Amino acid sequence: MPGFDFSNYNRNAALHARGVPLPKATSTGTTIVGCIYDGGVVIAADTRATSGPIVADKNCEKLHYIASNIWCAGAGTAADTEFTTSLISSQLELHSLSTGRKPRVVTCMTMLKQHLFRYQGHIGAYLVVAGVDPTGTHLFTVHAHGSTDKLPYVTMGSGSLAAMSVFETQWKPSLTQDEAVKLCADAIESGIWNDLGSGSNVDVAIITPDKTTLKRNYIKPNERSQKLRSYAFAKGSTAVLNEKIIRKEDISDFVSVHEIAVEGGDSMEVDT
Amino acid sequence: MEFGNSGSLREDGIHLDMDRLKKGEVNLGTSIMAVTFKDGVILGADSRTTTGAYIANRVTDKLTQVHDTIWCCRSGSAADTQAVADIVKYQLELFAMTNRKAPTTQTAAAIFQEITYSNKDRLSAGLIIAGWDERHGGQVYSIPLGGSLHKQPYSIGGSGSTYIYGFCDANWKEGMEEAAAVDFVKSALREAIKWDGSSGGVIRMVVLTAKGADRHLYLPDTDYKVRHA
Repeated sequence: MPGFDFSNYNRNAALHARGVPLPKATSTGTTIVGCIYDGGVVIAADTRATSGPIVADKNCEKLHYIASNIWCAGAGTAADTEFTTSLISSQLELHSLSTGRKPRVVTCMTMLKQHLFRYQGHIGAYLVVAGVDPTGTHLFTVHAHGSTDKLPYVTMGSGSLAAMSVFETQWKPSLTQDEAVKLCADAIESGIWNDLGSGSNVDVAIITPDKTTLKRNYIKPNERSQKLRSYAFAKGSTAVLNEKIIRKEDISDFVSVHEIAVEGGDSMEVDT
Repeated sequence: MEFGNSGSLREDGIHLDMDRLKKGEVNLGTSIMAVTFKDGVILGADSRTTTGAYIANRVTDKLTQVHDTIWCCRSGSAADTQAVADIVKYQLELFAMTNRKAPTTQTAAAIFQEITYSNKDRLSAGLIIAGWDERHGGQVYSIPLGGSLHKQPYSIGGSGSTYIYGFCDANWKEGMEEAAAVDFVKSALREAIKWDGSSGGVIRMVVLTAKGADRHLYLPDTDYKVRHA
């Protein structure tokens, strides 16, 4: 049976009951979006991973591979989105091999929702599933508790409100590929600027019936620029009060060196 | 091991735990109803899905098909009701194949009850099952939170239903014509949407008769007056 090992959960709960703080999971703040257009579907994500108030990774990847024609954007707990998508990716590949058919987006969405529902929200994966299959172009959201929605444009994560405001003002029923990419990138940028949990760069994936194009760091609006001036101290800034030179051959006057005999085993082993 | 409210693992920004029973998740704070009429049955629902104070989907389809002319209205947890409906849909398809005939509405309702009652501690699902079959015509069954099953001439459910008990009691009539029944459902849901903050968006309807299933859509843009699909 595939699944996760929850044995540490009990340990952490026991430790927590004695006053030890629970371990912090990486990345809850995120902006991810998706949008269907006339010839396919576009998904996009920011690249900030956070651990509480700390930016844990300035350029992480939130666009996950499921199959060549199905990609997933993940928000919520970083480890959960990573493992859940790769687990379903594997199962879908085997399913595709055994049926001899291309994987379908609904199949992927159903496997994800049933997996997440089984864990009753304990797996904190919030996903945007997008893809093109023989039945057409599809876009879904999957929440951690196992509910799904099917919409022409979607947003998730802490930046979803900022991103949705862009879609609700700019979206129109018929879009070209360039317009859809621009719209998604603008929605992510809105999250980057207006949501504390989101930041850094914009990643975009374009899925069409022919091919998938992953545009890693499609926009980099937060490039580290050259410092306006050097903050190194000029030589001689610190006054030298006295000077003492110890020569290499006189080192034994200050440090005593003992050879310790190794009794069996590897010299690398520190404890028995 | 219980999941306490302490600790920092649960914090997620958008999730305000607004409801009583369960976890902070996607909810269908809803207005749903199903009404029998002369030729069959009509299901109706609003389209609002919420996570706390945020509307996660403003055009949700809460009317779910579980067989050709057996549908259900979902209220409560989105995840729970979707999971239950998916299982029932599978069971009914299996039933139709093994028995070589379509299941009755009562059979569908009984399967729904089996699942909701045996998992009553873990589910928050308020369902209304409505269907048309050759033997019994249009029928409505409601399954509230505890998993009990009630056959009714019409049923209303969800948070918005509390506002329209009086309206429905005063205006519902036995054996209405289709147009009158559509009007009744529409005006009831308009009131529910007007007074209930957790309900809103478009009004969706499904009309089930001997002719099959027919979908209706009414938008607030046109004051719910024009049928759009």
